[in-house]
Amino acid sequence: MDIGIVGYGCYIPRLRISVDEIARVWGTDAESFKKGLIVEEKAVPEMDEDTITISVEAGRNALLRAGIDPKKIGAVYIGSESHPYAVKPSGTVVAEALGLGENIMVADFEFACKAGTAAMQCCYGLVKAREIEYGLAIGADTSQGRPGDALEYTAAAAAGAFVIGKDPLATLEGTHSYTTDTSDFWRREGEDYPSHGARFTGKPAYFKHVVSASKLLMEKLSLKPSDFNHIVFHMPNGKFPLTASKILGFKNEQIEQGFVVKRIGNPYSGSSPVGLCAILDAAKPGDRILMTSYGSGAGSDSFSFMVTDKILERRDRAKKTEDYIKNKKNIDYGVYVKLRRKLKI
Amino acid sequence: MPYKSSVPLFWRLKKSKYNLIGTKCNTCDKVFFPKKSLCPNCRRRGNLDDFQFSGKGKIVSFTVIRVPPEGFEKYAPYAAAIIELDEGARLSGQIVGDFSKVETGKPVRAVFRKINEDGNEGLINYGLKWELSE
Ligand SMILES: [Zn+2]
Repeated sequence: MDIGIVGYGCYIPRLRISVDEIARVWGTDAESFKKGLIVEEKAVPEMDEDTITISVEAGRNALLRAGIDPKKIGAVYIGSESHPYAVKPSGTVVAEALGLGENIMVADFEFACKAGTAAMQCCYGLVKAREIEYGLAIGADTSQGRPGDALEYTAAAAAGAFVIGKDPLATLEGTHSYTTDTSDFWRREGEDYPSHGARFTGKPAYFKHVVSASKLLMEKLSLKPSDFNHIVFHMPNGKFPLTASKILGFKNEQIEQGFVVKRIGNPYSGSSPVGLCAILDAAKPGDRILMTSYGSGAGSDSFSFMVTDKILERRDRAKKTEDYIKNKKNIDYGVYVKLRRKLKI
Repeated sequence: MPYKSSVPLFWRLKKSKYNLIGTKCNTCDKVFFPKKSLCPNCRRRGNLDDFQFSGKGKIVSFTVIRVPPEGFEKYAPYAAAIIELDEGARLSGQIVGDFSKVETGKPVRAVFRKINEDGNEGLINYGLKWELSE
């Protein structure tokens, strides 16, 4: 029987800060940042939101769409690089808040921005091996950039959640991962903000992994770019996924539906998952979707999904990605600093 | 190291706090939150079962907190309200977002948020707050 996404859901915090506002404070050229990054504004969490709370909200939406008894979930894996506790898994709180019961496997995953898709692969494997009936995989982050750093214009907050199991609304046709030891971006234990190798993040890191994983998956499944209706890649900014899609031979209209980065920024582990949610909000039965994540360090997970007619009855059971993107409130840099605790008093 | 808030107390209440699980009396059909061990109407004739509330309700009354208790300073000013759940029970809670939009009678839904933290070293307490429904 087919295995894949039984229910999906995202959560995007309501607050936004614009690239214009950040550029105003640092005296940089907003227009060149907006053009270079293809980002207008980014989603910022409220003071009482963190990776655990946004995972709960996204998970609730995924369970609503799945329409299953939450006690049938046998595993919950949360991928993030902003778990609130260094020791105590985010999944323990999320499982209890979602009423998943106590007979459940829980672990937090870390692999920079691709930890959420690694969680999806593990759930898929466990369902396929008949160890669990359903698994819940979540990619979530409330990412921070050092004040004044280029990352500050894009580092955002959001979560995407997927119930993986049988009778899917999108069948998982295949997955492929590509991993090397590449130090493009890192954060040492105890440090508040990440460091990055500036220009090193492009060619040998993002493009090499995203392109290789996508290509190798298409070869494995004997598929070509024109076989896909929608694609979504990790979106550290708008430019990288557009360039990767061009290298692979995709057209602009294939990437449009999941291109959320322009209006919410880069929520790290939540980036390609939220993009996938936006695609599923609009996809038709029979549509094929390619998703490829990227995590610094470095690796990519690529997936091919085939949308089934189950999408039609489940889609409207929960809030859509566009509902979250449109329900927003812009804040200034002063409020942003207070919310994100960038002031050390 | 000892913490300011009571870890065991919070842990005991957590299940019903996270999930809005109360009780329903099968004799008189009344619902209660938090859980009751005896129906106040039916006493020994009562027959209580766990009951899952939907998380939807409306604001019965509210007040704006400008001088908050210890641990909540950073959220001030914020609205605290009495909420009547669609199924009937009443409870109190914090309203998230802009307090100037809060009005009696407005519909709200439960959201999962951080309640408070014991500094940078202690536990983070999570639970439900309320958001105005659009
Ligand atoms: Zn009774």
